[in-house]
Amino acid sequence: MTRARWLVPTVYILFLLLPIYWLVSMSFKTTNEILGHFTLWPQNPTLENYRTIFTDPSWYMGYVNSITYVSLNTVISVAAALPAAYAFSRYRFLGDKHLFFWLLTNRMAPAAVFALPFFQLYSAVGLFDTHLAVALAHTLFNIPLAVWILEGFMSGVPRQLDETAYVDGYSFPRFFIRIFIPTIKAGVGVAAFFCFMFSWVELLLAKTLTAVAAKPIAATMTKTASSSGYELGLLAAAGTLTIIPGAIVIWFVRNHIARGFALGRV
Amino acid sequence: MTLELKQIGKTVGGDTHIYPTDLVLEPGRFNILLGTTLAGKTTLMTLMAGLEKPGSGQIFFNGRNVTGQPVQKRNVSMVYQQFINYPSFTVYENIASPLRVARLPEPEVRARVERIAELLRISGLLERRPDELSGGQQQRCAMARALVKDSDLILLDEPLANLDFKLREELREELPRLFAERDRVIVYATTEPTEALLLGGFTATMHEGRITDFGPTGRVYRQPRDLGTARVFSEPPLNTAEVLVLDGCCRLAGNLTWPAPAGLGNGPHVLGLRPHHVSPRREQADRVALESRIRVAEIAGSESIIHFDVHGAHWISQVHGVHPFEPGSAAVLYADMSRAFYFTPDGKLASAPAGHRPAGGL
Repeated sequence: MTRARWLVPTVYILFLLLPIYWLVSMSFKTTNEILGHFTLWPQNPTLENYRTIFTDPSWYMGYVNSITYVSLNTVISVAAALPAAYAFSRYRFLGDKHLFFWLLTNRMAPAAVFALPFFQLYSAVGLFDTHLAVALAHTLFNIPLAVWILEGFMSGVPRQLDETAYVDGYSFPRFFIRIFIPTIKAGVGVAAFFCFMFSWVELLLAKTLTAVAAKPIAATMTKTASSSGYELGLLAAAGTLTIIPGAIVIWFVRNHIARGFALGRV
Repeated sequence: MTLELKQIGKTVGGDTHIYPTDLVLEPGRFNILLGTTLAGKTTLMTLMAGLEKPGSGQIFFNGRNVTGQPVQKRNVSMVYQQFINYPSFTVYENIASPLRVARLPEPEVRARVERIAELLRISGLLERRPDELSGGQQQRCAMARALVKDSDLILLDEPLANLDFKLREELREELPRLFAERDRVIVYATTEPTEALLLGGFTATMHEGRITDFGPTGRVYRQPRDLGTARVFSEPPLNTAEVLVLDGCCRLAGNLTWPAPAGLGNGPHVLGLRPHHVSPRREQADRVALESRIRVAEIAGSESIIHFDVHGAHWISQVHGVHPFEPGSAAVLYADMSRAFYFTPDGKLASAPAGHRPAGGL
């Protein structure tokens, strides 16, 4: 009985971690070793794959591009969602509940639906293959999500806090920046995390709207697989490096995520 | 410093929250708004503060019309029931915030914050954040913030309601001292009649968006202008019954009679009797015996609150001592009718007990 108590979670966690282990393990092997025979850990550990990625611009620029448009998207989404969420949380206006729900329905269509209109539109206005193009395209589903999350946190703050600030003499902008945003900073963190995450993992729009200058890492990975034969070690290293930013961001917001889930907004 | 409301009203989406109201509030005393939840106390306070625009009427401060003026320009303070502080600021920064917004020099800010913290006995907590304080300390911090600036109008919206009993007693004793000797208008909202009586000053009773009476607290308590006021100013709820007055004799439900107070005219009246004038003991011979059926007897320490039915009405008796009764049992309770109020059928005060004559003609 006592054995089963730790056995089950251990097996479960091993099962979850297996693909990640396999990826990391592959990244330290040569392609020959990967294709040659079954090994549980690298027989001749090599950093060659990582060296290639950090020295070849066609590789490392993929990361730079991805991080650029993801950060840009996170900033735009949260900045636009803050006032919108405040309005939904504090004011009653005609159709507010319908509008709030409609925002969410933007998330219900597959991204593929929007690939063609975005591609055509951005080509027409000269935004194609820029970081801003991808960042803006991703706001389509990230702003509604951020509004939804932030509204939950804001509604948890009593309206009397706003009134007290006005009574104390604060103007609205000063109150909003000096008092209100610090009060819901956990919510801002959670919203930023989800914007970051969804933008980071989204591939289809990012790939469609870029060619060379703003090409994301995920696109680079798929290209290499198709054109220059098998470079599995290199791909594994790229994959490992792709996991890291998400893991770092999760580490920073881990204490607040639970609250976001508890509010039923995530 | 005088706050004057002229025909102030507020309607939200077809619902009238405040009916047009006239009120003149003087400085240097507690102006108490007494009323049940949803009576409109908070709405009236937000209108006084300028947080919301009145639907009709005008507000004058010292004879100056401030109706359209935003709250930031009005120099008011407000304390809420829910211990409102800025969570990301320390206690010091919280208290200092109105002064810093007003761009006072930092040495003066420090001096004033320290003085007010001393007064509210939170000097040792200045570097903490509000969520590290107890409820009572949080409310002290909120009060300090309200007191630190020399505002002309201080609004206290049930500031003690969320505190436990001991802290409430403690802070209520301090209140008159904190607000003493200040030339500012103080408005204090509460749902509890005892709190109004303890604080004294002037009381405005509110019922469903109207001010039913306004005057010195003792006068409003002893001589409420109408039935609604008496109901608001009675805890436990006022006992009422329809009585018929005929030739100096009051008659309840046909068979109970007692002498009517002098000057009470003939005709149907509504009797109002506070629960502490009904007792299971016959203290004096002139008490009127009520044949009753007990609903429930609640023993609260040294006090008993007995709910009973008498002639189809639900009455309450509040007495000292422990008086256990079985629910459903028959009992006789004794009413001191010399302490009764009499109201006309449309609710105006017709007679108040013991020499108090109604003020307005009737």
